[in-house]
Amino acid sequence: MHFKGTKDYVATEDLRVAVNASIALERPLLIKGEPGTGKTVLAHEVAGALGVPLIQWHIKSTTKAQQGLYEYDAVSRLRDSQLGDAKVQDIGNYIKKGKMWEAFTSTERPVLLIDEIDKADIEFPNDLLLELDRMEFFVYETGEQVKAVQRPIVMITSNNEKELPDAFLRRCFFHYIKFPDADTMTEIVNVHFPDLKGKLLTEALNVFYEVRETPGLKKKPSTSELLDWLKLLLVEDIDPEVLKERDPTKLIPPLHGALLKNEQDVTLFERLAFLARRESRG
Amino acid sequence: MFYTLFTQLRRVGVPVSLKEYLLLLEAMSMNLAGYQVTDFYYLARAALVKDERHLDKFDQVFSFVFRGMEYLDEVMTAELPDEWLKALTEKFLTEEEKAEIEALGGWDKIMEELQKRLEEQEKRHEGGSKAIGTGGTSPFGNSGYNPEGVRIGQEKGRHGKAVKVWDKREYKNLDDTVELGTRNIKVALRRLRRFAREGAPTELALDETIRETAHKGYLDLVFRPERHNTVKVLLFFDVGGSMDPHIRLCEELFSAARTEFKHMEYFYFHNCPYEFVWKNNRRRHAERTDMWEVLHTYPADYKVIFVGDATMSPYEITYPGGSVEHWNEEPGGLWMQRITEIYDRAIWLNPTPERYWHNTPSIQIMQQMMGDRMYGLTLDGLDNAMKELSK
Repeated sequence: MHFKGTKDYVATEDLRVAVNASIALERPLLIKGEPGTGKTVLAHEVAGALGVPLIQWHIKSTTKAQQGLYEYDAVSRLRDSQLGDAKVQDIGNYIKKGKMWEAFTSTERPVLLIDEIDKADIEFPNDLLLELDRMEFFVYETGEQVKAVQRPIVMITSNNEKELPDAFLRRCFFHYIKFPDADTMTEIVNVHFPDLKGKLLTEALNVFYEVRETPGLKKKPSTSELLDWLKLLLVEDIDPEVLKERDPTKLIPPLHGALLKNEQDVTLFERLAFLARRESRG
Repeated sequence: MFYTLFTQLRRVGVPVSLKEYLLLLEAMSMNLAGYQVTDFYYLARAALVKDERHLDKFDQVFSFVFRGMEYLDEVMTAELPDEWLKALTEKFLTEEEKAEIEALGGWDKIMEELQKRLEEQEKRHEGGSKAIGTGGTSPFGNSGYNPEGVRIGQEKGRHGKAVKVWDKREYKNLDDTVELGTRNIKVALRRLRRFAREGAPTELALDETIRETAHKGYLDLVFRPERHNTVKVLLFFDVGGSMDPHIRLCEELFSAARTEFKHMEYFYFHNCPYEFVWKNNRRRHAERTDMWEVLHTYPADYKVIFVGDATMSPYEITYPGGSVEHWNEEPGGLWMQRITEIYDRAIWLNPTPERYWHNTPSIQIMQQMMGDRMYGLTLDGLDNAMKELSK
């Protein structure tokens, strides 16, 4: 199993090394990075490229580690018992498999995505230590030991909202997806919009990086926002000349709403444009 | 193997443990880095560094360790007999590469070229000849590979690029204690969160329900209140004067704190808290809140955070009438004492870099009054401060 990037996803070399190391050594890979740099998409692409199933476990603030293993539906059992249902005798009927169980018993070696692990309670990663390490757990209700047939490829994404415990980190490979440089960005855009006119792309990227460099932005536009913006530019059929416009009186790029998501940023940007205009006059 | 890298990383404070070191060795023994120094760099980074804050440190250490090896290489290259190198060529190079050497004018020509380059070389050359080194063959193998494969093929850029990757230090921004954005502050503030059940019972308590139902013999639903963050925070911000350069930082802290806590009250003061504070900075002279009122309104389980540079004349703290803005009957220090006596969870965050603290007497006085609970307004400081508060 070797991941080389896909035709829809540009994986930089360091990312490839990290992914392949985690596949070969069967350790989880922890992915961090600015929002919109393709953390979640990576797992989809790895699964796609290797041709294996993808099992996604999206974490919310209420998610418990136990839910990933299994859940015991006591309420149904209680109800059934009052109805005199024969199902009640077998407790296994009320055990619902969680995503990790699913991944452990999958016939093919799957990719297990634990998405946004930092959303969960602070103890969440600690509760999964043993399960991720040994890839086995015990079902108390039925006395069953679940052990992974093949160790799944585990990918974990985090948005850094919480610090993860050291013991957890020690078991993972780590990769920080840094914001792509202009070259990589061109590659990424080409993958998504192959028919984009070369000139439009260059100009758009210039504008994009300029916007990103505006000092004081609360939320810098990311890759996914760039892709959205390009889509809009294509739909609107904007002429590359418009983007090339360095005339300070028209400093605000067209459809900038796709890039700037925060009204304070938009105001800031407009104010800067206004200042530039005044300077050019004076 | 790579023990220096490991120890050096630990020395600069990157938290690498034995487990991670062994993981790296395991990866190496499975030949994951493929004897490419760039790949080795990526692999080592993925295995040893677990936090983007440490990436920059890692790059520097890697560059340091790497550079040492580079010098070693040069010495050895100069002393190596040709025959050894030739023999090793046979061993390590693919047919393709051999053909390439031929194309370049054969072995002797290359050695000549190499000699020339060695002489021309500046102190630091690129081209990372460590490839074999990482694979763990003998030091001779190390340099043996070097002349044809790497250095002369430099323009191919592979290894040259590699050196740049860590020398670029792209992760500098992520490093350290200096960078402090709203998000980071939020993460730090979250340490303070403490959940408890309070208020109206709206959530089904499943375990209780089962127990009660079993006990009574009919379905009995039990509810309990939802969990909420119960931390209460009282913030005092120093505004104006010497604090002006730090306004942006404080704004960020403030906006982050606001969304993080359910019970959060803030007040402004200037330089040192006296008998009144205010909530609206524009109307600071019109709408004041008596400090006694504040102390009486908020119970002692509030956590108090002062944010200020504590840079002023010492008289402003220690003498009545020392305030620069009004006549204060009682010295600021007395008010500080009252506050810290009521709220035993209190800290002071100071945006002035910590290394200047000992130059300013007023900071030292303040720190003493806070019982050494003054922290720099950096990620690190904030982290420690929150630890102190949540103890």
